[in-house]
Amino acid sequence: MDFSITADQRLMQESLARTLEAAAPLERVRKFAADREPIARDVWAALADFGLPGVVVPEEHGGLGLGLLDAALAAEALGRAVAPTPFLGSVAASVALVRGGSAEQQSRWLPKIASGEVVVGLAIAEAVAGARDGMGVTAAGGRLNGGALFVTDATAADLFLVADTAGGLHLVVGDAAGLTRSDVTSIDLTRRLGELAFDGVSAEPLAAHTLDAVRDAAWTLLAADTLGASEAMIEKAVAYAKERRQFGRVIGSFQAVKHMCAEMAAELEPCRSLVWYAAYAFDDAPAEAGLTAAHAKAHTSEVGRFIARTATEVHGGMGITDLLGLHYWFKRIGLNRQLLGGPERVRRIAARMQGLAA
Amino acid sequence: MDLRFTPEMEGFRDEVRSFLTKHRDRYIGDAARPREAALEWQRLLIEHGYAARTIPKAYGGYGAAPDVLKSRIIAEEFTRAGAPRGFANQGISMLVPTLLEVGSEEQKTRWIGPTLRGEVVWCQGYSEPGAGSDLASLQTKAVEDGDDFVISGSKIWTSTAAQADMIFCLVRTEPDAPKHDGISYILFPMTTPGIEVRPLKTMTGSAEFNEVFFTDVRVPKSAVVGGRGRGWFVANATLKHERGMLGDPNATEARLHALIELMKTECVDGRRLIDDPVFCDRVMQLQARVLTMKFNGLRNVTASVNGESSGMAGLVVKLQGCELNHQIAALAIDALGELGVLYEDGPHLRAKGSWQWNYMFDLGLIIGGGTAQIQKNIIAERGLGMPREPKLASA
Repeated sequence: MDFSITADQRLMQESLARTLEAAAPLERVRKFAADREPIARDVWAALADFGLPGVVVPEEHGGLGLGLLDAALAAEALGRAVAPTPFLGSVAASVALVRGGSAEQQSRWLPKIASGEVVVGLAIAEAVAGARDGMGVTAAGGRLNGGALFVTDATAADLFLVADTAGGLHLVVGDAAGLTRSDVTSIDLTRRLGELAFDGVSAEPLAAHTLDAVRDAAWTLLAADTLGASEAMIEKAVAYAKERRQFGRVIGSFQAVKHMCAEMAAELEPCRSLVWYAAYAFDDAPAEAGLTAAHAKAHTSEVGRFIARTATEVHGGMGITDLLGLHYWFKRIGLNRQLLGGPERVRRIAARMQGLAA
Repeated sequence: MDLRFTPEMEGFRDEVRSFLTKHRDRYIGDAARPREAALEWQRLLIEHGYAARTIPKAYGGYGAAPDVLKSRIIAEEFTRAGAPRGFANQGISMLVPTLLEVGSEEQKTRWIGPTLRGEVVWCQGYSEPGAGSDLASLQTKAVEDGDDFVISGSKIWTSTAAQADMIFCLVRTEPDAPKHDGISYILFPMTTPGIEVRPLKTMTGSAEFNEVFFTDVRVPKSAVVGGRGRGWFVANATLKHERGMLGDPNATEARLHALIELMKTECVDGRRLIDDPVFCDRVMQLQARVLTMKFNGLRNVTASVNGESSGMAGLVVKLQGCELNHQIAALAIDALGELGVLYEDGPHLRAKGSWQWNYMFDLGLIIGGGTAQIQKNIIAERGLGMPREPKLASA
C-alpha cells in the first residue's frame, strides 16, 4: 500500500511528454489554432500509437485496461504541452460504456474508441453545469431533440456522448440524420468546442445513473489538464526569472519575484495530491469519488487561475505577447475552469453531495 | 497507488475502534504540564502503539515498522472518535527525532523514554530578541570553563518554559568561527541556577510564550548533542520536524469538521449558517484545501517510508497548513457574526471562545517556526532552484 505513482506510471508520463514534444511542439499548436483545424490527426495518431485513446478501455476490447489515474497522468502531460486532442471525449465515452453500456454496445464501440479510430465528442455541459441560451436535450422514444452547447470536438467527432435533461446518457453517431453541428470559438484555440442541434435524432441509450461517473471522470481529467498546464507555466516563469536581468541582477533574486514563484508552487503541489486521490478514488474508493472529483475540479481551477495570471506577470510585458505564446497555457487553464461547471457551481454540487445544501 | 484496506488492515481498524470505545471515559487532552491522568493515557497509547509508534522499544517507544496505512487508520479513527492523540509537545515532536538522528547512545537512553511518557517536559531555546528569521546570528554565549560551559544571554518565544523540566538550547560556543559553525545544541535542566523565566503575554490575553534569561548558567560539556560547533545542523534537523508538526493535516481536518458542525447547528434569523450560500461556498473552498493537505500528507508519509525525499510536497506543508488553520478560524468567526468577537466568558460565548483564540494564536504560528516569508524563500531556493538574495557588502 502506498500513495505514490508507480515507476511504470512515471515512465509512461515521461515518455508521453517526449512524444508530445515531437508531435505537438508549440509551432504545431499555433498552426492548429491559426487554421482552426477541426482535429489534429497527426497528434491524435501519436497518442493512438501509445494506446492512450483506450487507456481505460478493458484489454479484451483492445484497450490498455488501466485506471483513471493513468488517464489523469496522461491528461496532465497533455495540459503541459497544451496539446490539441479529443482525449477527454474518448475517456468519458469509455467510462460511460464500461459502466453503462450493454455487452453488445461495448464490443461494438470500445475497440474503435481504443484504437482512436472513433473520435468522441462530449455533450454533457447542460446536465452538469446548467443550461444557457435555452439549450438542453430531451429524449423520447429513442429520439433526441433540442440543443447542446460547449460540446468537445463537435465538428470532428464520429460519435457523441450526449446527456439529456433528465440525466440520461445516449450515444449518437456523428452523421446521424437530423443532427446539425457547428463550431463555437472560445479563448482557448488549443481545443475545439461546438454546438449540436438535434431534430428527432436517433440515439442509443446507456444505463441510468452513468452520468455521475462520466462527470467525475471528466472533472478529474480537466483538473489534471490544468495541473499540467499550471506546472508548465511555473517552470516557464522560474526559468525566465533566473535569466531576465534588471537592476544588475536576475529578477529571480528579488524576493518580490521569488515569492510569487513560491506561492504558485505552494498552491499547486497539494493540488497534485488531490488530483491523484480523486483519480484513485474513481476506481478504488467509489464512496469518495464524487466529492474528491468535485473539489479537484473546483480547487485546481482556482489555483490554475492564480498561476495563469501570476506566471504571466513574472514574465513582465513579454508575458502578454503572442510571440512568447504563454497565452496558450493561460487560455487552456481558463477553458478548463469554466467547462463542465465553474468553481462556484461545482462547489455547490459538492455541498449537495454531503447534504450541506439543498 | 494503492490505499485499499486488506482484511488485515480492516482488522487493525477494528482494533483501534474497540480500543477507543473501551477507553472512552479516559480521554484527556495534552497540557503544558500534563496531569497524572494524562500521563496514564499517554502510557496506554504507547503500550498499544497509538503514540510513539515507530520509536524503537529500547528507547521507550512501541517499536513498530513505519506503515503509512496503519498510521492513517490511527489518525482517522482518533479524529472520528474525537479522542486526544498522544502528546505533541516540543520534546516529543522535535527533540526525540533529533536525538534519534544525532544523539549519543547515552542521551537517547536517558531522555527519549521519559520524554515520550510525558514525565520530562522540554522547552526549546532557539530564537533570541536579535535572532529571529536570522537564527544563525544568535548571541547567547557559552564560555568554556573546565568541564563546563557557562551560559549567558537570553531566549524568546519559549513555549512551556515555565512548566518545562529541561531545555534544548542553541548557544554560541565558538565566538570566532563563522556564524553557522560556532553554535552548539545543548541540553540542561530549567532548575539550573541562573535561569529566569518571564511570561510573554500575547494578543490572546494569555502568555503562551516566555522570555528566558541566562546569567552564568553552568552546564557540563557532555550535554552537547551532535558535536560541538555542529548545533546549526542539528537544529536544522529539528526545524524540519517542527515544520511537520505545525502543518498536521489531521488536526486541520478535525477543525474543519468542527466548523461544519458549528454551521449546521448555529442559526441566524432562524436559518442555519450552512444554508447561507455564501458561507456554504466558503466552507467548501476550505474543505478542498483541507483535502489537498490531507492527501499531500499521505504523499509525504509514503515518501518517508520509502526513504525518498518528499520534495516540494514536503516543503509547502508549514506554509499552507498554518495558513489553512487560520482561515478555518476566520470563517468560523465570520459565520458567527457578532458572536464571533465575544471573548473570555459569558452566556453567549460559543466553544469557550476557542475560534477567536485560535484566530489570534494561529497568526503567531504563521510567523513562528520560520515565518511565511522564510518558508517562501525555502520553497523558491530549495524547491525551485532560485537564487538567494545577494548579501549586502556590510553584512
